[in-house]
Amino acid sequence: MQKNSFGIKVGLAEMLKGGVIMDVTNAEQAKIAEDAGAVAVMALERIPSDIRADGGVARMSNPKMIQEIQRTVSIPVMAKCRIGHFAEAQILEALEIDFIDESEVLTPADEVNHVWKHDFKVPFVCGCRNIGEALRRIGEGAAMIRTKGEAGSGNIVEAVTHMRTVQSDIKFLTTLKDDEIMAVAKDLGAPFELVKQVSKEGKLPVPNFAAGGIATPADAALMMQLGAETVFVGSGIFKSEDPAARAKAIVMAVTYYDNPKKLAEISATLQDAMKGINMSEIPEDQRLANRGW
Amino acid sequence: MNKITIGILGLQGAFHKHQQLLERLSVGTAIIRYPEQIKQCDGLIIPGGESTTMTKLIRQMELFEPIKNFDKPIFGTCAGAILLSVDANDSQIDTFGKIPVSTRRNAYGRQVESFKENICIKGFESDFPAVFIRAPKFTDIDSSVEILSSLNGEPILLQYKNILLSSFHPELTSDTRIHELWLKNMSV
Repeated sequence: MQKNSFGIKVGLAEMLKGGVIMDVTNAEQAKIAEDAGAVAVMALERIPSDIRADGGVARMSNPKMIQEIQRTVSIPVMAKCRIGHFAEAQILEALEIDFIDESEVLTPADEVNHVWKHDFKVPFVCGCRNIGEALRRIGEGAAMIRTKGEAGSGNIVEAVTHMRTVQSDIKFLTTLKDDEIMAVAKDLGAPFELVKQVSKEGKLPVPNFAAGGIATPADAALMMQLGAETVFVGSGIFKSEDPAARAKAIVMAVTYYDNPKKLAEISATLQDAMKGINMSEIPEDQRLANRGW
Repeated sequence: MNKITIGILGLQGAFHKHQQLLERLSVGTAIIRYPEQIKQCDGLIIPGGESTTMTKLIRQMELFEPIKNFDKPIFGTCAGAILLSVDANDSQIDTFGKIPVSTRRNAYGRQVESFKENICIKGFESDFPAVFIRAPKFTDIDSSVEILSSLNGEPILLQYKNILLSSFHPELTSDTRIHELWLKNMSV
């Protein structure tokens, strides 16, 4: 019997496709998410917009809270560790978390190294802004990639930029001749074998999801049409005025992302979305997407 | 055989993987998301994914009755097998009751317990690479259901009339034999 191979890790990511992964901070929210049709929940202590507002160091969630959520729902439970904090990741693995997000939303623990994810039995998801960053994380063992976007902003603009960048980077790689791949791998700072693979296949070797700023059904539909295979929704649900209805609406929007009439119907039932922040109001040194490389 | 179209329920989960596999067999496919699409299919695949999510979308989109009444060949993998059973032992799941067997979700445990194993299948000349992801187990199997494969005493591949259920994911491998076995039902 073979356990925990890369293929099995990617297998779970495949099962999450076309779904919505929701940030939750307690068992009650987790139940609301599951009842709305979430494919998984992300257990974290504070949602990104509160982390942004509160300041201080953001760390892995308390295991007690994670276990309460695991007892409450039957869908996969994910949790975040700090970038490079492999001891937090070991603890999450001991808790039998289904997926670990090595996340820029938490305060990084290592300014240089990310977690060596091949060492773990549990699959990892990591954020990226471009193909080089995506392939570095996959090289370290990530079984799923998501855009970083700008978590807690309620503003979709960064997620769009990152998704479009990854997609156009992939298109560019497919135009390369064999003798050009090494030079491009050098410029990208990405593993040569993975650059070669993307160049031949025209897609990432793992599923590519969207995260960071999704607040409405329309935002979710936009990301799906841009090539995301699933969306993560963080602050967008539990910072809105109608979490349960919004959660359900975003689940529907991801399945019917290419049907504007359906999307209009889904959106019409909702109250106000979270307020959101313009990117010009977030100084460069406070942008979460700039954490990690 | 006339040109056939296999519908693949495309609400959530690994539906594209089934489509890619059938395309390799030169079989026509349609991704099903609306009730009126179902009657145009010669067979239906309900893929793996999250059964709680799928069951809600099936209800919201009024797909439950059309699938329940669909009498052509059906193939359910993992979550799809759970939905096709009589009872999933979970009040969140509305089952179709198309095959006299019950299921238990995530019966092997969480993702750390997911695994791949080479299995023997009745009628196959060599092993099949089976991938189990947070897999269910089949229970209360009626004697009219044929068990095509078991692993450590647990039935994992079942055939009942023109319905095939697997607790694992043949669509995640490059081996097309289980899909081909099911497609033989088309000519019945």
